[in-house]
Amino acid sequence: MERQMSGAKMIIQALKDQDVEVVFGYPGGAVLPIYDEIFLQNDIRHILVRHEQGALHAAEGYARSTGKPGVVLVTSGPGATNAVTGLTDALLDSIPLVVLTGQVPTFMIGNDAFQEADTVGITRPCTKHNWLVKDTNDLAATIHEGFHIATSGRPGPVLIDIPKDVQFADGTYTPPTDMAKNRYNPVVKGDIEKITALAELIERAEKPIFYTGGGVINSGVGASQLLRELTDATGIPITSTLMGLGAYPASGENWLGMLGMHGLYEANMAMHGSDLIICVGARFDDRITGRVEDFAPDANIVHIDIDPSSINKIIPADLAIIGDVGHVLEDLLKVWKSRGRKTNKPALKKWWGQIDEWKARKCLAYTQKGKIIKPQYALERLQALTQDMDRYITTEVGQHQMWAAQYLKFDEPNRLMTSGGLGTMGYGTPSSMGVQMAHPDSLVINIAGEGSWLMNMQEMGTAMQYRLRTKQFILNNERLGMVRQWQELLHNERYSETWQEALPDFVKLADAFGCKGIRVSDPDDLDDAIKDMLAYDGPVIFDCLVEKHENCFPMIPSGAPHNEMLMGDANTQDAIGDSGAVLV
Amino acid sequence: MSVLNIKKGSSAHSAYDLKDPNSMVIESHTLTILVDNEAGVLARVIGLFSGRGYNIESLTVAEINGEYHQSRITIVTTGTPQVIEQIKAQLGRIIPVHKVHDLTVEGPYVERELAMFKVSGTGDQRVEALRLADIFRANVVDSTLESFVFEMTGKSEKIDAFAELMRPLGLQETARTGVAAMARGA
Repeated sequence: MERQMSGAKMIIQALKDQDVEVVFGYPGGAVLPIYDEIFLQNDIRHILVRHEQGALHAAEGYARSTGKPGVVLVTSGPGATNAVTGLTDALLDSIPLVVLTGQVPTFMIGNDAFQEADTVGITRPCTKHNWLVKDTNDLAATIHEGFHIATSGRPGPVLIDIPKDVQFADGTYTPPTDMAKNRYNPVVKGDIEKITALAELIERAEKPIFYTGGGVINSGVGASQLLRELTDATGIPITSTLMGLGAYPASGENWLGMLGMHGLYEANMAMHGSDLIICVGARFDDRITGRVEDFAPDANIVHIDIDPSSINKIIPADLAIIGDVGHVLEDLLKVWKSRGRKTNKPALKKWWGQIDEWKARKCLAYTQKGKIIKPQYALERLQALTQDMDRYITTEVGQHQMWAAQYLKFDEPNRLMTSGGLGTMGYGTPSSMGVQMAHPDSLVINIAGEGSWLMNMQEMGTAMQYRLRTKQFILNNERLGMVRQWQELLHNERYSETWQEALPDFVKLADAFGCKGIRVSDPDDLDDAIKDMLAYDGPVIFDCLVEKHENCFPMIPSGAPHNEMLMGDANTQDAIGDSGAVLV
Repeated sequence: MSVLNIKKGSSAHSAYDLKDPNSMVIESHTLTILVDNEAGVLARVIGLFSGRGYNIESLTVAEINGEYHQSRITIVTTGTPQVIEQIKAQLGRIIPVHKVHDLTVEGPYVERELAMFKVSGTGDQRVEALRLADIFRANVVDSTLESFVFEMTGKSEKIDAFAELMRPLGLQETARTGVAAMARGA
């Protein structure tokens, strides 16, 4: 192979050598040489988004639904600054991204040149690592290292800033096989003594629970399989964070549903009452723990995580196992089986009896009556009509996101793409495009609120250009519902700026983009409308007019522990104290 | 040991040897960090401290190995035991960071700081400054008829004490390097 080539050509070659199929991007002055090389080849497909933020979220959707890194190419200055939200989102949710940004030529850096920004400076706190490449000879090796860092250990976004003169200059290409031994090699195998101690804890525990998170999904499909085997073999109840949904199937016997602020009553009560919490690839986020001082008062905490900084950050671990979830679960299963597959059966039976009592509380119950669609009902019908399909779900951020987590059932990992850590409104639409790129024949639905959806609706143009058949399922309450809910609960119903007057007509908007628009407001028409949406071979904007003042329950009020949940039928006034108000 | 009898917050099974993770006592720790000497590495370390609200009492950095392009950063920081553990774990996540040592918990260590003081005065004041400098084993590295520049190395407390004594004797300017530290023994 000819190893001398221009920097721009080198970038394409490096992406090919990393088995990249799709790049999401937006051109500009500082990346022209790279776009020229893209024009001259057919191996890598480029998806032209409508806003750089969309490229990042699309790449996140692509990455999370495939387990492969998402790749983004944007220009200098505003191209790079528009990438910041997506980078931060990917950092908080541990999504592997490789973002290439153009930069002004090296001799102009620091001159306040046109479209110059200190990209590595701005993105240093929102990437796992970043580089400014000043020499074409270093370019290929840097890209390969970028892929390695983005995808190994706890995954995350990396950014490589490439000045325009480096793209033009010739240099020597370094293939991935020629790379020197990598400096970044996180521990993946857990300490076997600690794993044995965990097996012993499992054998004796009276009220154990698995609390799992996005780390299981990031660890790969094998990790989910091991988790299922372990959970079913031990008969231990299991709950999960938003990011971990699907690792254990929602139809599984031991499934308690999501935990946390809008988690299920039985899941939160079981966490609070447990004597052994086995945290697998989750990080005790504040949406999960409630009041930290009262978190699971009687439980031994076991924490399995690949990132040592997650241990003891919020909840002190009694037993910490640092390693990749898949490797640790594999060893744990082996050890537990070799010790005779024991559990404390009589105690577990009693524990399940208690859990069944909590389940009987039916915390997700709601009443659909009259001529107004309840958002919960819309999602239940969507679930019923799509449950046997090859389905991927993305969401925006807000009430609809929590309802989607509560009422849709995820039986496989990598099927839910949502902005968990950062809570980025506008994530869902571009993310659904990225998922559809990766899975062209599957059903991809973005569950949205009208507020979030408007934040990145320009990406419908992308969907049309590339015939991405994503369905935009908008639960339209004409309110910024989650904020409105908080205003109702703790600001005495002073609804400050949570009503967007003059919303667009979403059906006409669909017409304008050239896709299909469907509006439904009568519960009796809902099923037919959903079937229409599913039957249409192209993008659909589905405007589902729902109850305007519905609140999302159950709910742990800010500053309260797990066993003090608000239920849908409870009196919700004054439920949150002043100290809770700051934690919103 | 019976695993079910782990005391809450006990260190026995933790990732790190925590003393008492729930303690609210503020401790001072001296950390040394071995890093690749590449562009932006100091910004990464400092950005971590400012971004996450940790304290930096003192910071020194210089390349120590030209062949491998490695630098050593010495940071004196304060926080509760849980915060100190977080700082170390977070530092460990930075890609160009090779090793993080907490000298305060790893055993006996020596720490030294270099300082320079410009003291101006005449007559008795000038004589007294020179006499005290001698007691503190500070060297005179510059002198005019009205001023001295003293140079001294030592523990930070000794430098503090000397600065305090120089103040009434005409202290004009102070420059300090911050702490460099190293574990004792082989």
